[in-house]
Amino acid sequence: MRQLKVIRSLVIDSLDTITKGSKKYHLWMGFLTLVMLIGMYCYSIQLDEGLSVTGMTDRVSWGLYISNFTFLVGVAAAAVMLVMPTYVLKDIDFKQAVLIGEGLAVAALIMCLAFVVADMGGPSVLWHMIPGIGVFNFPNSMLTWDVIVLNGYLFINISIPFYILYRHYQNKEAKKRIYVPGAVLSVFWAVGIHLVTAFLYQGLQARPFWNNALLGPRFLASAFAAGPALIILVLAIIRSFTAFKIPDKTIGKIAMIVTVAAQINLIMLVSELFKEFYAPTHHSESAYYLFFGLHGKNALLPWIWTAIPLNVLATVMLTFGKLRKNPKILYFCCFILFVAIWIEKGFGLIVPGFIPGPYGKIAEYLPTGIEVGVTLGIWALGAFVFTILAKTAIGIELGELRFKLKQTES
Amino acid sequence: MSNRKKWFSLDLGPHNKKKSSGNCGCSNPQGSCDSGPEKEELNAEEFYEAAINASIGDERRKDGFDQVFDVQMDRRDAFKKLTASLLIGAGAISSCTSVIQDPDSKEKAQIDWEEQFKGNYKLMTDEEKKQTVDRLMRSYELRTGKNISMSSKNAEEDVLFGYAFNISKCQGYMDCVSACVEENNQDRKSQMQYIRIHEMKDGKGFNFNEADDNYYHEVPAEGHFYMGTQCFHCDNPPCVDVCPVQATWKEEDGLVVIDYDWCVGCRYCMAACPYDGRRFNWSKPEVPENEINKNQHYLGNRMRKKGVMEKCTFCVQRSRKGKNPACVEACPTGARIFGNLLDPNSTIRWVLENKKVFRLKEDLGTEPKFWYFMD
Repeated sequence: MRQLKVIRSLVIDSLDTITKGSKKYHLWMGFLTLVMLIGMYCYSIQLDEGLSVTGMTDRVSWGLYISNFTFLVGVAAAAVMLVMPTYVLKDIDFKQAVLIGEGLAVAALIMCLAFVVADMGGPSVLWHMIPGIGVFNFPNSMLTWDVIVLNGYLFINISIPFYILYRHYQNKEAKKRIYVPGAVLSVFWAVGIHLVTAFLYQGLQARPFWNNALLGPRFLASAFAAGPALIILVLAIIRSFTAFKIPDKTIGKIAMIVTVAAQINLIMLVSELFKEFYAPTHHSESAYYLFFGLHGKNALLPWIWTAIPLNVLATVMLTFGKLRKNPKILYFCCFILFVAIWIEKGFGLIVPGFIPGPYGKIAEYLPTGIEVGVTLGIWALGAFVFTILAKTAIGIELGELRFKLKQTES
Repeated sequence: MSNRKKWFSLDLGPHNKKKSSGNCGCSNPQGSCDSGPEKEELNAEEFYEAAINASIGDERRKDGFDQVFDVQMDRRDAFKKLTASLLIGAGAISSCTSVIQDPDSKEKAQIDWEEQFKGNYKLMTDEEKKQTVDRLMRSYELRTGKNISMSSKNAEEDVLFGYAFNISKCQGYMDCVSACVEENNQDRKSQMQYIRIHEMKDGKGFNFNEADDNYYHEVPAEGHFYMGTQCFHCDNPPCVDVCPVQATWKEEDGLVVIDYDWCVGCRYCMAACPYDGRRFNWSKPEVPENEINKNQHYLGNRMRKKGVMEKCTFCVQRSRKGKNPACVEACPTGARIFGNLLDPNSTIRWVLENKKVFRLKEDLGTEPKFWYFMD
C-alpha cells in the first residue's frame, strides 16, 4: 500500500514540476507542442493517402524515417558510455551525468519506435508482430531481433533510473546490488542494439553498399561519437539553465570518449573509402554515387560533402587537448560532429544502398514536405519526452522533490 | 494434421525436419513406430494430440458441445480466439443494437471485424482458408453488388513451377506487361508493373546499367535486344527470411507468395530482393470496376489495399489450374516458357536439358527458378 502511495505522490509531484517553470521553459514546451501537432497533422495526411505522400518509391523504398531511426539507435546506445564508468568502474564523477544520459536514451528509443511506426505501410496491423497473438519470425528476421533488443533496452533504461530516482525521492540510498546488475546488462545490451541494427542492413546480399563487414563496428564507433557529443551539449544547456551541478571534470571525460570514438570512426571511414575507390568494382557504384554522383545524378553530393569536412574538422580539433578543454570550442566541435554523423549515418547510409537499383537504375530520392514534417514532429516528441524526464530527475536529485509522509496521510 | 507449427520457429537445425505425426506404416496405433525413446520428449498435451491424430485423425467425432468447448488449443490459440471473439462480440453488439443499420451493413461489419483479426494465411487450415475466401467474396458482393470468384486452392503434389526466357526471341513488344497488369489487377494509377523489359544495346553484352527499362518507341529497335525480369521465385528467397511476421513465404510448388492481409508494410523484403521483384502499394490501388479480373486467388490477383507489398505469383490463380501465366500466354514471339520442373516431359525440362541456360546473380546463392537461354 505504501509503495502505491509513494508512486502516486511521485506522479503528482512530477506532474507539478513539469507543468511549472520559467517563461523560457514554457515557451520551449509550447514550441515543441506546436511542432508535434504539425507533425501529427502531416502524419494524418500520410495515414489517409498512404506512403505515396513521401518521396519514397519502389526504387528507393526507405528514406528519411529509416535514416533517422538508424542514427537514433546509435544515440540511444551511447548512454552506455556513461553508464559503464559510473556504475561498473565506480567512477563517481559521472553519477550526475548518467541519469541525463539514460533519459536521453529513453527519448531516443521512443523516437526510434516512432520512426519505425511512421515508416510502416499498415500501422493498424502491427499487432501481427506481437509474439503470442501474431507471428514473430524469430530468429530468421533481423527485424524481430531489433524489436526485442530495442524494447529490452527501453525497459532497462526506464527501470534503472526509475529505481534510483524512486529511492532518492524517499530520501533513501539506492541499493547497489539491485541496480548494478541491471547497469552491467545494459552495457552489453547497448552494444547489442547497435550491432543488431547494423546487421539489419549488413545481412542483405542484395545491397552491396551495406553488405560489408565493417558496417557494424563503424555503427558503434560513430554512435559512441555522436551520442556523447549530444550528451555534452545537453549537459551544457542543463548547466546553464538549472541549479544542477555538473563538474567540468565530467564533461572533460565525456569529451575524451567523443574524441577517441571520432578518431576510430575516421580510421574506419578511410578504410571504407580505400576499399571502394582503390580497386572499384561493380559493387562500388553506390559509393561513387554518394561521393561523386553517377551519370549526372548527384542529389547526395551536397550532403556528404558537408558531412565529411565537418567530421574531419571536429575530429582534428578535438584531438588537441588545448582546444578540447575550451568549452566554447568543445561545444562547437560536438555540434558539428553530431550533424556530420547524422548525415553520414542517416542519409548517407540508407539512400545510397538503393542507388543504383538491382539492375543499375538510378532513381533519386528527396524527402517531401510531409515527410520532413513528420520527422520534425518526432524529433520534437523526443525533445519533449527528454525535457520531462530530465526536469523530474533534476528535481529529485536536487532535493526539490521529496516524498512527504503527511501529504498522503492527511 | 497439425504438422505445421503455428508459432514462431526456433528451428536452428535443418529447416525441413517435420514433426512425426504418427502416420508411419507400422500398425502401432499409439503413434510413430520408433516412439519408444521419443515419446519421453513429448509432453502430455502433445502426446494426447498425437494419440488422437493417430487413432481417429482429424475428424474427431464429438458431440456439438465438445466440439465447441473441448477443443485442444495452446495458449496462443486460446488468447487469439478470446481476443477475436471479444472484438467480434463488441462489433456484433454495436451493429445489432443500432436500429438504423440494415442487415447488410451488419453483415459487412461482422465480416470486417473477422477480416481485421484473422490469422496468417500460411498457418490457416484448409477450412479457415475457405472461410476467409468466402468472407472476401461476400464482402465484395455486399459492397459492389457484383460477384467475384476467389480460390484458396493449395499447391498440388509433385509440382514445382519454373520459368525460362528466350533472349533471342523477345522483341520487346511488352504484351506480357499489359497482360500481367490486366490479369493481376495491378494499380492503374501508379502504373505498377511486375515485369520489366530491359532494352540492351547489341555488342555490349548484358549491360543492365545502360539498358532502358522504360522505353516508348517502336520495337524491335535497330541494334537492340530485350530481356525481361520479374520475380524469379527463388528457391532460397532472401525476401522470405527477413519478413518479421512471415507474411511472405515459399509454397510447396515453389511460388513465393504474400498474404496481403498479414503484411505490415515494413518493406524489408523489398530491400532484401536482389532482383527488383517486389512492389509496394504506396497509395490505395485503383482498378476501374469494368477492368477487374474477377477470377481470383487469395494469394494472387485479389484486390490489394494500400500499404502492403505485392509481386508476381506466376499467376497462381491460373497456374494452379494447369494454365500458363498471363505473360506466357500473351507473348507473341514464344519467348516465355513455363512449366512443371518435376515433370520430365514438360517443355521447361526440355529447355533446361538442351539449351545453355543461365540465371542472374547466381553468386548470391538465391537459386532462382527463372532461367535465360538463347536459340
